[in-house]
Amino acid sequence: METNAWKVMWREIRHDKLALLGLILFVVTVVTVYTWALTIDQSAAAIVNVRNMNQPPSRTHPLGTDPGGRDVLEQLVLSARNSFNITFIMTIAGAIIGILVGLLSGFFGGHLDNVLMRILDFYAMFPALMLIIVFISMIPSYSVVTFAVLMIVLWSWQGTARLIRIKTLQQGALDYVSASKTMGTHPLVISFREVLPNLVSIITSNFTLNLAMNMGVETGLTFLGFGLPFATPSLGRLIAYAQMPANMTNRPWLWLPAALLIFLMMLCVNFVGQALNRAADAKKRMV
Amino acid sequence: MWKTILRRVLILIPQLFVLSVLIFFLAQFMPGDALRGMIGPDTTPEQYAILRQIHRLDDPWYVQYGTWMEGILARGDFGRSVTHKRPVTDIIGERMMNTVRLSLLTTLFTYIIAIPLGIFAAKKKDRFIDKSIMFYTFLALSMPTVVFSIINLFIFGFRLRWFPVRGSVDAMAAAGTLEHAVSRLHHLVLPAVTFALLSTISIIYFLRNEIIDYDASDFVTTARSKGVPENKVYTGHILRNALLPVAGNAGLIIAGLFTGSIFIESVFAYPGMGQLFVTSIVGRDFPVVNTLIMFYAILTVVSYLVTDILITIIDPRIHIK
Repeated sequence: METNAWKVMWREIRHDKLALLGLILFVVTVVTVYTWALTIDQSAAAIVNVRNMNQPPSRTHPLGTDPGGRDVLEQLVLSARNSFNITFIMTIAGAIIGILVGLLSGFFGGHLDNVLMRILDFYAMFPALMLIIVFISMIPSYSVVTFAVLMIVLWSWQGTARLIRIKTLQQGALDYVSASKTMGTHPLVISFREVLPNLVSIITSNFTLNLAMNMGVETGLTFLGFGLPFATPSLGRLIAYAQMPANMTNRPWLWLPAALLIFLMMLCVNFVGQALNRAADAKKRMV
Repeated sequence: MWKTILRRVLILIPQLFVLSVLIFFLAQFMPGDALRGMIGPDTTPEQYAILRQIHRLDDPWYVQYGTWMEGILARGDFGRSVTHKRPVTDIIGERMMNTVRLSLLTTLFTYIIAIPLGIFAAKKKDRFIDKSIMFYTFLALSMPTVVFSIINLFIFGFRLRWFPVRGSVDAMAAAGTLEHAVSRLHHLVLPAVTFALLSTISIIYFLRNEIIDYDASDFVTTARSKGVPENKVYTGHILRNALLPVAGNAGLIIAGLFTGSIFIESVFAYPGMGQLFVTSIVGRDFPVVNTLIMFYAILTVVSYLVTDILITIIDPRIHIK
């Protein structure tokens, strides 16, 4: 009975109403945000117009205006796009590094495994978020790229690497790997062409759950002022308007939409991730 | 077991050394002058030069690192804060108790919320109540700490005015009085409950799965077939075994709370170590930042170690290596 891992995952999502709803809502939001952002003239959207500052929602500005007189809805769309970009890049890069490190470490073992595991042990004691904050405040003119690199190197891959290493170790003890070894298959072929496809469902569910987590972390760091650069509109920056009591109580249109959007997106992704998680473990599958 | 603990403590020493070199090295790139904490507007250039010499600031960074380490190891001296113009240990000491209070109360609330929910969810597995509790864990998992803090602050602090919106104690209350203690608690409740509602997830999942697993295990079936009353099976056999590891995880939860305090204390303007870290970074106060990072790193490894030791004591089948 040959079942494709992707088919199993899709079946699990289809049978879980919340996961299906989450997937649809997430895809629709991402597509809307990216296409909408294309239609916005970014330099025009960034122009400060003091006469329009802090206007409540109206017909011309459905979500009101910010302290710079800019349309909050436009800012929200641009922010969402920037936040999605950084989260996708960070999660994809983290998954690639994590898979490579975990697979090589778990499959080849020996000195390579030892060295990589000591590095991971060091990361485990490492107050990663604090060091990211230190780096960001230290680099004189840091950009989106610096932030992405910092998040990838210091934050995004360690959990995946540990998980993939354990799963590779389990696969390595199975008969098909020993059989392939006796037949003289090249170790790299075994690890990437034979072991890796068996980990697809675990990788996908781990990727999805990381995506949600990274969205939250990026928002938190940007909120504190140590995330995306100041000139880049981002959801964390919009939420940070709430740090001023006057904005928090009297002008919820500034920060509430961004706060709800990030929460809704993380919720959708987590619903999908949980369904995928079940698909990765035959004992937990619902169908 | 003591041998393995000793070995793990010994492994920590090189790790902490590498971390301390790393952060000290980084501090060299930080803009700002390490003497700002000691000079005033009337300091002459000659005095400044002498001060630089006394503090050996013209030495290369690795020599300075040696002096810094010597101060820490020999005298417990972590340097002086640049902005507060006082020893780092004093400043962190003042803030530490606030963070410890917040973490303890949060841990307490976390267990008070999580244990009943985990038990209910397992008991009513796949029924409406279980599904609602699982839905709550999804909400908590998907809620960024800052977003939930802001929304709670907005509703319960600014709109309903049930709780104060900033600080750790009412400035009008005299220290030592009952009023002072009550005011302190009043300031703590909202951040602690906010934080606790988000940190229950792992305990609920763990407890629920443990209870479901034990419920189907051989020794429970044996107990039931011997005719042990159901409520006795539940409290004496299932809960007893399922709860112990949960208690053992307290160390990890507390370590997580200390890291999360960076976000929660900033939103609630609560003067703890997390807020101190953020304000010190903004104020380029590197002696404080360095010490805080080292403190958090040590706290993390110690709580991992304590958790591992607790778990082996609780469950003798587990050996740490």
